[in-house]
Amino acid sequence: MVNFTPEEKSLVTSLWSKVNVEEAGGEALGRLLVVYPWTQRFFDSFGNLSSASAIMGNPRVKAHGKKVLTSFGEAVKNMDNLKATFSKLSELHCDKLHVDPENFKLLGNVLVVVLASHFGKEFTPEVQAAWQKLVAGVANALSHKYH
Amino acid sequence: MVLSPEDKNHVRSTWDKIGGHGAEYGAEALERMFTSFPTTKTYFPHFDVSHGSAQVKAHGKKVADALANAAGHLDDLPGALSALSDLHAHKLRVDPVNFKLLSHCLLVTLANHHPAEFTPGVHASLDKFLASVSTVLTSKYR
Repeated sequence: MVNFTPEEKSLVTSLWSKVNVEEAGGEALGRLLVVYPWTQRFFDSFGNLSSASAIMGNPRVKAHGKKVLTSFGEAVKNMDNLKATFSKLSELHCDKLHVDPENFKLLGNVLVVVLASHFGKEFTPEVQAAWQKLVAGVANALSHKYH
Repeated sequence: MVLSPEDKNHVRSTWDKIGGHGAEYGAEALERMFTSFPTTKTYFPHFDVSHGSAQVKAHGKKVADALANAAGHLDDLPGALSALSDLHAHKLRVDPVNFKLLSHCLLVTLANHHPAEFTPGVHASLDKFLASVSTVLTSKYR
């Protein structure tokens, strides 16, 4: 189980309070699909994903990115209890969505890169480290119910 | 994995933008890596890895210079990186998983300092470039 120190929690929550979830979510999911094009395999129904600009401007990508990052907000509120928080979503991703958990790691790291690009000096090595711990914890929690 | 002409242009223009900041960014990427992924410190037991360390600064410059060299020889990465490839295979023997960790921290550093230039397309090209460099550096491992 991941253990967050009070300081790590504080670093995560104070940055999170400044995140525009809609914007950052769309950007993170969009970049995932651009940088790792094989991840598009889950989004055949999303329409035009033929170029970086098509992907980043695609309204379904943006909407889904917002959904995903909103769910991430639950992680921030429940950092001591990630496995329970994501238990149902884990089952969904295995049984219905059939997503290889490797993809959770890819998205987590893309999110970290997006935060780095938005927050400049504020995104110190310590802030990054706390977030790396969180995205790894979420990835683990989402894979926990796989069978 | 092949770098397209567009990828190569993205890499070159990124290195132009980096200018004289290479050493600084190299050191920052290492610091980010040591802080986020403490297992990477096992390769540097002889280093002071604290913030501002002169050893980390010097090593950051080495890494940056090697990447700048690679960026200048995109049509022959195996040739340009041959000596470093030997070094990593026979002497350093850094487990391949760590190249992804450093590559990620290099991307974080670049995104952090040059957000406007770090478009999704550039991000993709740089990720491919660093993955290609990593592949070459581990190519003689066995």
